[in-house]
Amino acid sequence: MKSPLSLRRGGLALALTAALLTGGSTSCTKDLDREPFYDLNTESVYRDPANYIRVLAKMYAGFNLAGNSGSPDVFAGQGKDEGETSYLRAYWYLQELTTDEAVVAWNSPPLQELNTTHWTSSNDLINNSYTRIFYEVALCNEFIRETSDDKLSARNITGASAEQARLYRAEARFLRALAYYHALDLYGNVPFATEADEPSKNLPKQITRAALFAYLESELKAIESQMNPARQGPYGRADQGAAWTLLAKLYLNAGVYTGTDRYTDCLTYCTKILGAGYKLAPEYQLLFMADNNVTSASEIIFPITSDGLVSQSYGGTTYLVHAAVGGRMLTSAFGVNSGWAGNRTRKNLPLLFPDPASGFDSRAMFFTVDQNLEINDLTAFTDGYGVTKWTNKTSTGANGNDPQQIFVDTDFPMFRLGDVYLMYAEAVLRGGQGGSQTQALDYVNALRDRAFGNTGGVTDGNITAAELAAPDFILDERGRELYWEGMRRTDLIRFGKFTGANYLWPWKGGAKNGQGVSTNLNLFPLPSTDIVANPSLVQNPGY
Amino acid sequence: MQVRLQFPHPTRFLTRVLLLSATSAFSVGTALAGPTGSGHGTPPSPALRLATWRVTPVAGGSVGGRVVDSKGQGIPGVTVVIEGTTLGASTNATGDYFIDNVTPGPHVLVYSSVGLISSRITVTVLDGQPTQVAVTTLSDNITLLSEAVVVGYGTTRRQDVTGSVTTVTTKDFVKGQVTSPEQLVQGKVAGVQITTGGGAPGEASVIRVRGGSSLNASNDPLIVIDGVPVDNQGINGAGNPLSLVNPQDIESFTVLKDASATAIYGSRASNGVILITTKKGVDGEKMRVNFSSQVSRATNYGKVDVLDGNAYRTLVNNAIAQGIIPGSNAAFLGSANTDWQDAIYQTAWTTDNSISLTGSAKHVPYRVSFGTLDQDGTLKTGNLKRNSASIGLSPRLLDDHLRIDVNVKGTQADYRFADQGAIGGAARFNPTQPIYSGNDQFNGYFEWLTGAIPNDLTDRNPVARLNDKRDRSTVLRSIGNVQLDYKLHFLPDLHANLNLGYDVSRSNGTVFVPGTSSLAFSTQGQNNSYRQEKNNKLLETYLSYGKQLGDHHLDALAGYSYQDFYTYAPFRFAYKADGSRVAPLDPVQDPFKTQYTLLSYYGRVNYNYKDRYLFTGTLRADGSSHFSPDNRWGYFPAASVAWRVKQESFLLNSTTVSDLKLRVSYGSTGQQDITNVAGDYPYLAKYSIGSPAVSQIFGKDTIRTYKPAAYDRNLRWEQTNTYDVGLDFGFFDNRLTGAIDVYLRKTSDLLAVIPIPALSNLSNTLLTNIGSLENRGVELALNYNVLQGEKLTWSVNANATMNRGKITKLSQVEDPTYQGTPTANIGNFQFVQVNAVGHAPNTFFLYQQKYGEDGKPLQGPTASLNTTQYVDQNGDGIINERDKVYGKNPAPKAILGFSSNLSYGKASLAFTVRSNIGGYVYNNVAAGQNNYYGLNTTLGYSANVVPDIYATGFKTGQPYSDINLEDGSFVRLQNVTVGYDFGSLLKAGTTLRLTLAGQNLLLLSGYSGLDPERATGIDSNFYPLPRTVTLGLNLGF
Repeated sequence: MKSPLSLRRGGLALALTAALLTGGSTSCTKDLDREPFYDLNTESVYRDPANYIRVLAKMYAGFNLAGNSGSPDVFAGQGKDEGETSYLRAYWYLQELTTDEAVVAWNSPPLQELNTTHWTSSNDLINNSYTRIFYEVALCNEFIRETSDDKLSARNITGASAEQARLYRAEARFLRALAYYHALDLYGNVPFATEADEPSKNLPKQITRAALFAYLESELKAIESQMNPARQGPYGRADQGAAWTLLAKLYLNAGVYTGTDRYTDCLTYCTKILGAGYKLAPEYQLLFMADNNVTSASEIIFPITSDGLVSQSYGGTTYLVHAAVGGRMLTSAFGVNSGWAGNRTRKNLPLLFPDPASGFDSRAMFFTVDQNLEINDLTAFTDGYGVTKWTNKTSTGANGNDPQQIFVDTDFPMFRLGDVYLMYAEAVLRGGQGGSQTQALDYVNALRDRAFGNTGGVTDGNITAAELAAPDFILDERGRELYWEGMRRTDLIRFGKFTGANYLWPWKGGAKNGQGVSTNLNLFPLPSTDIVANPSLVQNPGY
Repeated sequence: MQVRLQFPHPTRFLTRVLLLSATSAFSVGTALAGPTGSGHGTPPSPALRLATWRVTPVAGGSVGGRVVDSKGQGIPGVTVVIEGTTLGASTNATGDYFIDNVTPGPHVLVYSSVGLISSRITVTVLDGQPTQVAVTTLSDNITLLSEAVVVGYGTTRRQDVTGSVTTVTTKDFVKGQVTSPEQLVQGKVAGVQITTGGGAPGEASVIRVRGGSSLNASNDPLIVIDGVPVDNQGINGAGNPLSLVNPQDIESFTVLKDASATAIYGSRASNGVILITTKKGVDGEKMRVNFSSQVSRATNYGKVDVLDGNAYRTLVNNAIAQGIIPGSNAAFLGSANTDWQDAIYQTAWTTDNSISLTGSAKHVPYRVSFGTLDQDGTLKTGNLKRNSASIGLSPRLLDDHLRIDVNVKGTQADYRFADQGAIGGAARFNPTQPIYSGNDQFNGYFEWLTGAIPNDLTDRNPVARLNDKRDRSTVLRSIGNVQLDYKLHFLPDLHANLNLGYDVSRSNGTVFVPGTSSLAFSTQGQNNSYRQEKNNKLLETYLSYGKQLGDHHLDALAGYSYQDFYTYAPFRFAYKADGSRVAPLDPVQDPFKTQYTLLSYYGRVNYNYKDRYLFTGTLRADGSSHFSPDNRWGYFPAASVAWRVKQESFLLNSTTVSDLKLRVSYGSTGQQDITNVAGDYPYLAKYSIGSPAVSQIFGKDTIRTYKPAAYDRNLRWEQTNTYDVGLDFGFFDNRLTGAIDVYLRKTSDLLAVIPIPALSNLSNTLLTNIGSLENRGVELALNYNVLQGEKLTWSVNANATMNRGKITKLSQVEDPTYQGTPTANIGNFQFVQVNAVGHAPNTFFLYQQKYGEDGKPLQGPTASLNTTQYVDQNGDGIINERDKVYGKNPAPKAILGFSSNLSYGKASLAFTVRSNIGGYVYNNVAAGQNNYYGLNTTLGYSANVVPDIYATGFKTGQPYSDINLEDGSFVRLQNVTVGYDFGSLLKAGTTLRLTLAGQNLLLLSGYSGLDPERATGIDSNFYPLPRTVTLGLNLGF
């Protein structure tokens, strides 16, 4: 029994339904174009030139920080320690734990592989460093791509803003070169991409070590004139001094990288640096303290800056300070809340000093109480002397800025004058043209004067020209001056002592007293993850 | 299903009580209230029935008749009750019924059966005479369940189902303290594995339908409550978003398993679909009040076996004497004997009350309910208070042409979360140290110190963790919808359906730690808060058409769906206990705000020929805002056929085989739920602003950083193709029924975060479509009515599932040397599982431990990996990743469930047993504490160990040793319920039922830890599942 009324009502419902069926659908399709409410995207970032320095800041921070407070830039693996992906920490692992200078107690297989010079292409830490380096390159590529002259004018960025963008772009190219330099040094033949390659999952092509060397040389020379003059830019930013130092390092190791020595070029760039007005910090230890950005700014050519409040990470110098504290060492003496009881030194380093505990050479900063010189157990922190070089104390004895004393203020001097002095001396001794033995001796003794606290003409610890020329003196002096600064592996390779059996250190090759290892270990393997992801890559020999 | 006996006039039934109380009539009524009343398709044998009918007659007449369906066939199992009395009967196999001892006079007969529309007929009974009632026809009621099976967008007759669908209704639900709905069906459904996350009140469960089809995207099934697909993202401040639905309101769970059944849900169906239907009122029913009250007592049974104070002192001193650890460690020994586990656990009580009013007011059936739960956790300080209300109205208008269903559910939950860090802390904390230090520092609790500050390299005092931290939240959630179903007047075969729904939640939480506490010492306490809003909207509309033409029956459905998910959470600063900010200089950050939309078109055609050959085809097109316009739309087809073999002439008259149906299906479904891995906008090039703590210093300026994110513009759907062959069967008049299914599911374009070539993008990993995975399995479900007498009935239900998962592809390029993606971080970035091609997801990946002749595990001279301790699988003389072995995996080889329901008269006994066989579990408690490392940390504390240390003697932890891997097989007595029906104890028409339920009463397992049932296969000090005893009272009138 259908009443007319109910029929009419039914018709209404039908009409409503029909309307929803047809009309509703079309009007809602556009709702699929959801966009983030707050997130920025490429276009919105580069539209405003005020943002450029923030992207630049990220490229600099990329050498130190692991990511954005819980969202790591790169993944060490699900749930793995983000701090270990810090560029500086990952780089330091490979440059130091593999050498006669350092061991780590933490019983994780990949770390112990580094301790024992016995790694495979699936070592996570080798992967971390590699990943970090190429992440940095990708970051720089993105910025360099978005700040080309074409893009600047397309976005109507002109005048002073455009000039500034060009300066930033030159710095980005420097940072990219620095990252590629590390890739060249650690891995040799690596994937290569520039700003011309957009983000994708495509396979970057491999470049040979020699070709990469040539690229870096030309790139650094090209940007040299576009950067701030040496020591003229704000502290922490790369300037011409930084570019020169990187070139000097490339040339010093050119024989390793390309088979052709370039010591004369090395001297050329050392000389440029030495003429730029840098001065040694008054005391050696100041270089490694929480206020080194103030006390040692005259010596530091290019730092990785750090601050306990505004640039926090469990990598970088926070790692270097904490990881070295353990055993009977007082955390309070280092301005940190805890020691991670990881890093010590093998006996080779303290034995480079006549008497490690004498205090004559102020660079011999070892903690020996209840620490054994010999290492019986790699994972026992008390085996091996502690190293007290890195600290979160300021020159006045205060702690760094972080009231929790977790994150440190200490900057990492990636390039510093002391290193350039020794590079100069080495290049001269190796036959580079354009320098002098006398000058070389002066530079080395300048470092030793500081080390021995000489004033008023005292010459404690000074060496003679003959001593300087002795085989391995430079290598040993570099050990004394630059230990734990991330240079040792490169130096040992240049001196032919990293692999083979002509120089041993405890646990080299996995044997307690050390044993020879294959020369193929002079290059790290390309990580297996990347070999899988990028089948166009050819693995380094022996892996 | 409880039969509701109706007494409209109190005065009248008082008289009747007096009249009837002495008679045997009660036994008829109460027997009906038992499980037999629901036995559709399983009628008691006429002989048995007769025996009861012919009980000593008292004065009065009798009534008899027959109930038939729309086709004129007798319906067995229909309850026929004389209104206002407890007299009644069930129809037998031919649909006949007979009621004796009826007082003379006019009566109303009420016919009811699950799945059918109730009916009422007035008769007049004459003294001493049988009254024959005209044949009564009951028609299908599609709003009720059972014979009508809920499927996606509608219902269908059980016999017409062509896919793999399992329904569990109230009568089979798990009894006892059930806080969250999914626990109602734990162990009840073949192919569904429900693993409780822990013993905390309102804790979430992991639900897996036929294993997981994804590695990185969600593996949770889609849950649809009364037609509203609910958000499966978590709700901040709610342990388990599902627990915001009161289980007492739920009528049925329907699990759609194969693609034929699920494909209508397209891009969200790859992991199965669970349709939850809540209880509803029935037209013509008088108001009925049901009150249920439960009180339960939960206790932990067993605790992690660790050393007591004296044993610990002895161990430390011996270890020092033997030179295993330095003498300085004796300094960490105290004189106390503290059982830290006793200190953190308690006996927990729960009260759970609910009341519902069901009935029909002027042909508007309604159900209104209110529930209140107050549950304490066995971990001290944990508590959940939940108030829930629901309203359901289902009016039928316009001569039944317009059916309206309104459902509104609302919940308020107040949580106090106990800090579960205390659990592992209690197992590790030094048993020789006291709970209280004796001084006022840190609120009096003992703590390990570094100088004057708490040593942050070790556990905080577990008791302090519980008492000093006040972690509270209040969560409001409401789910509701209005569904209009209009049967066209001029074309009644055509229905137009409109469903408007919502799922909204609001949560507010605070975490407070006083400044004097050791827990947040460095920040001088903590006083943080959070808030979250979720607004999810649904609009669905479809047209359905059904037509019978001779032997051909056709149903067709076409619809459109729009669903929108919106989440907002304001930014909140971190505060110290005194209300000042931890970092006062930090600028305000953007709130969290995200939204995504799903838009779909779907259609389904069902065709059957002679009720014998059935075909179902579905297609869904889904558009998701998760993907770029180029990849936005996905198409998900499915088809299935079924052959009702029973209808064939050679079986039609078989008395042995009462039902036999063969089903074959194939279909494709998708997975777009990647929010947890990639957020809501994974295909866009995004920049993010670095937090103030990760800035860069340039000279004197501190610059916030902008960072570009890696992205894959071409991200698209995961696709799962499912093949399923099933057989539904019934024997001996359906006394034995069951189903067996064999399936193969292949997921391709697996959304996986994979390592990408270095330099190719702005990270080293990228979420992209790569890889494949397959699951294959067999499911078996059996129901057997062992006894079906008038008083004594016994039915059992058994189900078994065997599923095997295997990864078949995981990278862009095949590389046999690639060992896989590590998973299962057990802490300190140590991974013990791997996703590798050719192996099950999350396969354990460990070194093979060597043992000495004395059976003790060997260890090397140093802590470094060495061939003394581990088997050098590749024989290269060193132990490294290449020597790890792909071992067992956490997924059980077989999942078994067994339920039994026994009733005798008014008493009933039911139990459920669950068992997993063949899965492995990593004992991370032992792995962490079976060695001397905790005694010799050089970090200013010493920690407790497990007795395993006597056997292993390990100097340091051996997390990668397969010694930590154990068989996780178990048999769990999930649930035992004893019930007694008092029937109309106070007055006729009331029901009173008392139940005593025990949950988790018995666990049989060879596992050395507490409980091997872990969804991840890692046992890391999880919240023990308590043993619960519940006393319940159910009162209806």
